[in-house]
Amino acid sequence: MTDLTQLGIAPLRDGVAAGTFSAREVAEAFNTAVADASALNAFIVTTPDHALAAADKVDAARAAGQQLGPMAGVPIGMKDLFATNGVQTTAASHILEGFIPQYESTVSQKLWDAGAGMLGKLNLDQFAMGSSNETSAFGNVINPWRAEGSNAALAPGGSSGGSSAAVAARIAPAATGTDTGGSIRQPAAFTGICGIKPTYGRCSRWGIVAFASSLDQAGPMARTVEDCAIMLGAMAGFDAKDSTSLDAPVPDWAGALSGDLRGKKVGIPREYRMDGTDAEILASWDDGIAWLKDAGAEVVDISLPHTKYALPAYYIVAPAEASSNLARYDGVRYGLRDLPDGAGLQDMYAATRAAGFGDEVKRRILIGTYVLSAGFYDAYYTQAMKVRTLLQRDFTDAFAGCDVILAPTTPTAAFPLGDKVDDPLAMYLNDVFSVPASLAGLPAMSVPSRVNAQGLPLGLQLIGRAMDEQSVLNAGLAIEQRSGFNAQPEKWW
Amino acid sequence: MSVTQEQVAKIASLARIHMDEAALGRMVPEFNAILAFVEQLGEVDTSSVEPMMAVIPQQLRLRADVVDADPLTGGGRQADILANAPAAEHGFFGVPKVIE
Repeated sequence: MTDLTQLGIAPLRDGVAAGTFSAREVAEAFNTAVADASALNAFIVTTPDHALAAADKVDAARAAGQQLGPMAGVPIGMKDLFATNGVQTTAASHILEGFIPQYESTVSQKLWDAGAGMLGKLNLDQFAMGSSNETSAFGNVINPWRAEGSNAALAPGGSSGGSSAAVAARIAPAATGTDTGGSIRQPAAFTGICGIKPTYGRCSRWGIVAFASSLDQAGPMARTVEDCAIMLGAMAGFDAKDSTSLDAPVPDWAGALSGDLRGKKVGIPREYRMDGTDAEILASWDDGIAWLKDAGAEVVDISLPHTKYALPAYYIVAPAEASSNLARYDGVRYGLRDLPDGAGLQDMYAATRAAGFGDEVKRRILIGTYVLSAGFYDAYYTQAMKVRTLLQRDFTDAFAGCDVILAPTTPTAAFPLGDKVDDPLAMYLNDVFSVPASLAGLPAMSVPSRVNAQGLPLGLQLIGRAMDEQSVLNAGLAIEQRSGFNAQPEKWW
Repeated sequence: MSVTQEQVAKIASLARIHMDEAALGRMVPEFNAILAFVEQLGEVDTSSVEPMMAVIPQQLRLRADVVDADPLTGGGRQADILANAPAAEHGFFGVPKVIE
């Protein structure tokens, strides 16, 4: 019998629908794989019963001859940033440890309605703030990939590091991620999988623990472009409970997938060719250009002149929004309370937040508080929002002459855990290629291209016009069809 | 521009995060490194640019003016709302005494 854990969303769903195997067999296979992979620390809690119950429902529906949903029989990992009814939701922070939501996030509910089940809640950087999964209060996630001839533990990327590690290790066929400045794309690139952040507003933010509300977007992480298209279709859609939800129909992305790019123009942004970029990253980019040409696309040079200001703008806007969003953690309504002897209300707030938040979260709250404070607001926050307008204008101008943009996802392959942990700025620089599309709200995807000389995967990024996930997915498919990327980490866990 | 330890202490107090001298001392150089980095934005001429107000332009909606139009976000869920409170008492959130 086939090893079911080697299959992705489409073959699992189709196999269940055809009766080749049952949804219960699929859930059992992945539950076992999850239980066997605790060394990766990808999950904060596992929910094997949830996966089995969802599978049994699918098997019963199939036996009764009912129509099955687009994710029927597929057990997935759920980033622990999505509120799940009755299942602990922590954002990987001590301040939410033990928090049991009494409601379900819109995106997770949509996935269950589509027939998916939940293997567990995936580890992440605390409040999704980080690029290496080292800020989690529940320990580092270990990348299943290792450099050739080395046992050193590598970062799985972040913030969706549990999601990337689980999918790459074949302990989940797919997982949800969220992307604020690259948190889907960067971990996908570090682990040799695919991940797409849709247009801002495609997926409801209702029930997702908020980090930076004008940037946060949910999206799928999976092994193939087709799987991403299927899962995104199940996650997306208008939700009246999210004031920035896009009131637009969800296209049939999976049905319209095509790697034929004849008549399409692919833009290559010259500002992304930065000094000191790893030679193998540049070679991978050149491969991508050749593959998209081979798929029929015309390749054009484009300019995104404000690119170098994206990261500094992001590190004003995101902390500013975080400092406001995280004001809600006060020890009163939910989560941790630290009440020193004889303390009043204000002391309780300060003690609770000191005990509950990790260092990176505190750092960003302080920066955010500072840039929003009287006297500094215009110099920092307003200026960053003006630069954000310019960055968006750069993309609008570029898309007058091309349909999709191709760039590297990250400046390097996965780095060792501990490498950048003492230098916040070096960590931030890892998001240099992913942040611009986030600030502009555009759909962007990472697909694997090749492994480097150390045997570690590299990713290519595709950025599209607002609402045009299809062009991003199609170009991703054209790369996938030509890269021949089928490497996976050797099991050591 | 750079900040002093005293200023960081003031910001921490505004953010309601208790930090002792050692924590403040560690934060000051990190804080200043980040500030120095973001200050590059001052180079950009934005004199004729409007700040971004919405990522994707759209009209804000009003919900229907109906009680419990969506039961998930409507009223009557006291038990659910208090379920995670660290000190719920008599159907309220319990807090330390605030009257001096």
